[in-house]
Amino acid sequence: MLSTRKLNKRFGSLVVAQDIDLSLPRGVRYALIGPNGAGKTTLINLITGLLAPDSGAIFLGEEQITALKPHQRVRRGLARTFQINTLFPHLSALESVTLAVLERDGNAHNWWKGLPSFASAADEAFAILESLHLQASVGKETRELAYGQQRLLEIALALATRPRVLLLDEPGAGVPKDESAALFAAVEGLSRELTVLFIEHDMDVVFRFASRILVMAGGRLLVEGTPAEIADNEQVREIYLGSRRRAA
Amino acid sequence: MLSSAAGVLFDGFAYGMLSVGLSVTLGMMNFVNLAHCSFAMVGAYATMTLVGNWGWPFLATLPVAFIDAAVVALILERIFFRRLYRASDLDQCLLTIGIVFISIAAYAWFYTTEQQSVRIPDWLQGSWHAGALAFAHYRVFLIVFGLAITALLIFGIERTRWGAQVRAAVDNQRMARGLGIDVDRAFMFTFALGGGLAGLGGALSIQMVGLDPTFALTYLVYVLIVVAIGGLGSIGGSFVAAIVLGISDMAGKYYFPWLGAFLIYLVMVGLLMWRPLGLFGKR
Amino acid sequence: MHFQGLTRWRPLEVVFWLCTLLPFVLTPSYLSLASQIAITALFALSLDLILGYAGIVSLGHAAFFGFGAYTAGLIAKHYWTEPLSALLIAGLSAGILGYALSHIVVRFRHLALIMLTMGFGLLLAEAANSAHAITGGADGLQGFRVPGVLGFRFDMFGRTAYAFALAVLFLCFLICRRIIHSPFGLALRGIRENATRMPAIGAPSQAHLRKAYTIAAVMAGLAGAVLTQTTSTVSLETLSFGRSADVLVILILGGAGRLYGGILGAVIYMVARDQFSGVSPQYWYFWIGLVLVAVVMFLPNGILGGLNAFYKKAQ
Repeated sequence: MLSTRKLNKRFGSLVVAQDIDLSLPRGVRYALIGPNGAGKTTLINLITGLLAPDSGAIFLGEEQITALKPHQRVRRGLARTFQINTLFPHLSALESVTLAVLERDGNAHNWWKGLPSFASAADEAFAILESLHLQASVGKETRELAYGQQRLLEIALALATRPRVLLLDEPGAGVPKDESAALFAAVEGLSRELTVLFIEHDMDVVFRFASRILVMAGGRLLVEGTPAEIADNEQVREIYLGSRRRAA
Repeated sequence: MLSSAAGVLFDGFAYGMLSVGLSVTLGMMNFVNLAHCSFAMVGAYATMTLVGNWGWPFLATLPVAFIDAAVVALILERIFFRRLYRASDLDQCLLTIGIVFISIAAYAWFYTTEQQSVRIPDWLQGSWHAGALAFAHYRVFLIVFGLAITALLIFGIERTRWGAQVRAAVDNQRMARGLGIDVDRAFMFTFALGGGLAGLGGALSIQMVGLDPTFALTYLVYVLIVVAIGGLGSIGGSFVAAIVLGISDMAGKYYFPWLGAFLIYLVMVGLLMWRPLGLFGKR
Repeated sequence: MHFQGLTRWRPLEVVFWLCTLLPFVLTPSYLSLASQIAITALFALSLDLILGYAGIVSLGHAAFFGFGAYTAGLIAKHYWTEPLSALLIAGLSAGILGYALSHIVVRFRHLALIMLTMGFGLLLAEAANSAHAITGGADGLQGFRVPGVLGFRFDMFGRTAYAFALAVLFLCFLICRRIIHSPFGLALRGIRENATRMPAIGAPSQAHLRKAYTIAAVMAGLAGAVLTQTTSTVSLETLSFGRSADVLVILILGGAGRLYGGILGAVIYMVARDQFSGVSPQYWYFWIGLVLVAVVMFLPNGILGGLNAFYKKAQ
């Protein structure tokens, strides 16, 4: 569904992506792990078009999207969430998601008809928020929502675009363990048709939700495999446990 | 032809001197300080009063101009500006424009709206002649002085502990505080320095552009253009930009008088489109 | 079901618009000031569309005001004096200019955007100054008279002028109101709230901004044209940086992004200026400066924002 071919990017002498070859089939859940600075968020930025690669190609389905602008990639079904909440502070949750639905349907250019006449968009937005248990807060301005709810709104916005591929950048970032249940229930409840890639540091979460794991370090994709394979992998252990292992 | 080209170059350099102070607040502190020209006015009127009413020699008034403007800048920084370091560009613009308006009214009240001038020492008047070229003494003085100040500034910012502290504070306030840097004092001192330099520039420019209360507004546009092109975060950058603009302005007025100030604006728009962060901007 | 009542007219709004008819009966000697206020209010409203709703900070909006003003003037001087058709043409041409410039303007943010818009405004003003064969240069465009509109004469009492200006203002206001409550209006607010998020939900931000900028240019052009037609003169001042700065102050004073902020700001500013300018121009600068400082320090959302916050607290 989503694949890259020899994606490369460097900033001066700093290589943030080196020969990244990815191939994510439909409906599979991937976790992308690796130490800080490995280039995980950069990879998402490259795939979504926020960053232009120095070389390489990106494919969504059969279509090459390397030359497309970010919003065009979203229109073709590639959505992402941000590690740090990137929301609309003074818009209500409902307004935010409705806007995403309107953009998706191509109705956002309409300046003549009032919002009330776009009932189906608002209803759909409400339904999405309801599926994430946010229905009680739909009228609240985003900046008044609790942090955990804002993380959920991040996901709601991405879902409203009806993606085929969803990239989640540390969805649980900053959410304390006891509040993240709702968040991961949401991740779990995602459609099985969706290809999901999420960046995560918490191994419990990774092993629980991912059917395959990608490991990145120093801008390179080191290894890919099932959770069991990765847990046994020498290289991965080195990266994460290096010094401890030597001490042992 | 050549002499006018040299004249164009000189005037360009001279314009650069007016904005060196702005590059301190805008360049180092990322604060859009349109009131820079008001500080220039403080210094200019201080010099004018000391020379005209109290008979001081011109050069002796320069330190006073610096200090006067620095003190005013300091007071305003403590009361107003420090609350807006993280505000939007628009808010900073609006606040400082408000200060400019108030200063224009205040100076008009005390000094009337008449044009003022200063008497500069004899050795600064006249010019050197080398063949067909004429180098006005005053302008040479301005350039030498301006270069010296810029060099001092760059040295101060890159090599001293104060410079490092301010750079750190601007980059990341919280981190800087965590390292024990007194961020408030660093900003305060820097702002005062910027204001003082503005006052100095103002005092020096009376000879070239005259002085009346609307000085602050008239040259506001030019000064702002200089910094937008030179870029935020770079002292050398605003200096170069000032020169480029001064030269374009003079060249335009001399070679294409029917274009008026058109050339400056065209250059600015073009440069900004090519480099939105300014030629040397770091923001 | 959702967003219901969004487009309903609040009673205060109805009262306000009825009050705009009061000058006809209460202050008939001030009708020319009233027209000026209406024109300025329309100009501020057009700026609100791009600044208050889309977040484009423009220090050169007078370019469109002046362009519309000169277009209307040139039509009246060289072609015909019927104002309504000239008004439409003026608005349209300002819109074309806006559309052309928008391709550049929407690519920039922050200080570069402020400087660029200022630069375009200054360029146009300089060009008009130089092209004095066409524009009359510093003397302004003179030697024409727009006698009236729809059979009503523009006389020295200013009744027709005010009615004309008010009608154009109201019409444009209705359009703005529609825009703000539409999906497009929501998209503009989205861009203002978080420009980074918009592409991530599939929004073509630059296309949206170009459209908003063009519409704002049309409205500013209409305001300028009305000024020309009601005064039968055009001056370089309509294109000046001073006018761009003035309208910005007016909008901030009233409160940006609140639909009525520009109108309120225009009323307060113009009435105050009318009162103060008699005393001395210095006085005026001083008070405006003080107001600006006060607004930025204490009322960042303008007067309407302050009232809104006060109202919320009182509940």
